[in-house]
Amino acid sequence: MAIRQISVFIENQQGNLVSTTKAIADADLNIRALSIADTKDFGILRLITSDADKTIEVLSKENIINTTVVVAAKLEDRVGSLYYVLDILAKAGINLEYIYAFTASEDFGAYVVLRVDDAEKAECVLREKGVSTLNEDDIKDI
Amino acid sequence: MGKYFQPEIETASREEILKIQNEKIVKQVKHVYENVPYYRNLMDEKGVKPEDIQGVDDIRKLPFLTKADLREAYPYGLLATDLNNCVRIQSTSGTTGKRVVAFYTQNDVDLWEECTARAIVAAGGDENDVCQVSYGYGLFTGGAGLHGGSHKVGCLTLPMSSGNTERQIQFMMDLGATILCCTPSYAAYIGETLAEMGYKPEDNKLKAGIFGAEPWTEEMRRNIEKSLGIKAYDIYGLTEISGPGVSFECEEQTGMHINEDHFYAEIIDPDTGEVLPEGSKGELVFTSLDKEAFPLLRYRTRDICVLTRKKCSCGRTHVKMCKPMGRSDDMMIIRGVNVFPSQIEAVLLKKGYTPNYQIIVDRKNNTDTFDINVELTPDKFSDIVSENQAKEKQLEAAMRTMLGIGPKVHLVPPKTITRSEGKAVRVIDRRKLHD
Repeated sequence: MAIRQISVFIENQQGNLVSTTKAIADADLNIRALSIADTKDFGILRLITSDADKTIEVLSKENIINTTVVVAAKLEDRVGSLYYVLDILAKAGINLEYIYAFTASEDFGAYVVLRVDDAEKAECVLREKGVSTLNEDDIKDI
Repeated sequence: MGKYFQPEIETASREEILKIQNEKIVKQVKHVYENVPYYRNLMDEKGVKPEDIQGVDDIRKLPFLTKADLREAYPYGLLATDLNNCVRIQSTSGTTGKRVVAFYTQNDVDLWEECTARAIVAAGGDENDVCQVSYGYGLFTGGAGLHGGSHKVGCLTLPMSSGNTERQIQFMMDLGATILCCTPSYAAYIGETLAEMGYKPEDNKLKAGIFGAEPWTEEMRRNIEKSLGIKAYDIYGLTEISGPGVSFECEEQTGMHINEDHFYAEIIDPDTGEVLPEGSKGELVFTSLDKEAFPLLRYRTRDICVLTRKKCSCGRTHVKMCKPMGRSDDMMIIRGVNVFPSQIEAVLLKKGYTPNYQIIVDRKNNTDTFDINVELTPDKFSDIVSENQAKEKQLEAAMRTMLGIGPKVHLVPPKTITRSEGKAVRVIDRRKLHD
């Protein structure tokens, strides 16, 4: 089971990121992972939080959001582990849009969030090759 | 050639001009009534018969035509002659996808070109001049109008069209252009480019420029005159009435003489339609006195203007109009192109966006900048940057097709477009073109 990532459209203006993160904090949501993509005009804040449903509810009130299914894969702490994961995806013909990393507080493990064109298939081939991936229950208290 | 292209007409006494106008309008109204069912219906609705029009003083009895009529009658509804008598069309970018198409017989082309020839001679042109026409050629009336006038005067005509500034400058310098015809913003741009290339104003042979098709200020005039080392003349016109040359500036540079033997001008109250006395500020209305194919009667230009019959030192007797002081509708002129907010709205709705947008027009380095902020909707938003940027590009392309010029589109979050008193501010024009 892959996990849901919530993306928020943010105008490049002072204070916009502050108010979005405040809304997340006020709702008692814990941010597990994030990345920001920015262009001249706008930014996209991509979030994985402790509770996707609640995040959607809170953020959709005041923002334009998008929900995307992504794969969070655990990396071994060794040289070449990211290559190992990406190679599996490449060989399965899966396209990667973007990638970002985070560590879990529980086990200090390293994870990568993979945004691919077919999350279900990606998760399947990774598990076949012994790469463990997270589901939303794991994310709640990782 | 002397000071005037057609001295007997351009310096005719008020009585002579009135006599010409009175004769022409009687004939013209009859021609339109008989050949344009669309306008005949408007006259019938108002209870006006052709015989009620005995002279220009009776023009006020006639119904108005507006841009909306032109849209409704598109393409042939206002055509007053058989198509086989027509030799040309010209067109403007139009609202909501429909353009204004104007038809010309050979006589119509000739009278239009006579008007632009008068403008060229008023700017000091004669058969010894090299006239560089850098207005766009094609459907736009700018290129065709000045090109024809330049021929009539007998200038060596350089049919450059707009763009490719380096080539413009090469021809200008190599062939010794003496008169430049283009939009004022393009003239300013050519001036800047010349300076960047290391030329001084006295290095070129230009003596005059005839600039129009977009609003410009006195400050811009002074800058252009200085950078090119010329005298800059204003010219006014609209495709509906013929094109540039409906009126033109003389050496006094205090307003544009309307070619009254062809075009009858009125100033009306834009709200009531009432004709206002000379010297009043109001909406400019034109009646074409002798065009054959596309003779519009009482066409509301939406330009806010003042007419004056004060004696002009140039010797011309035709009425003068000031530079338009604004619009009575929401039309903007951006880089010489007419743009209505409704066109932008139409594109957005067609592409599945909400009509929440804001147009920001500014002028940087004498060139108009044109930006549109568009509120994004959740179904359009992607977590992938390039997909959002592609949506901006798609909108830009659709706008370019609709308008003829390309804006920069910026997607913004919903509810971020400034609203005053609950109503969204659709247009922010920072150019300060009107005092």
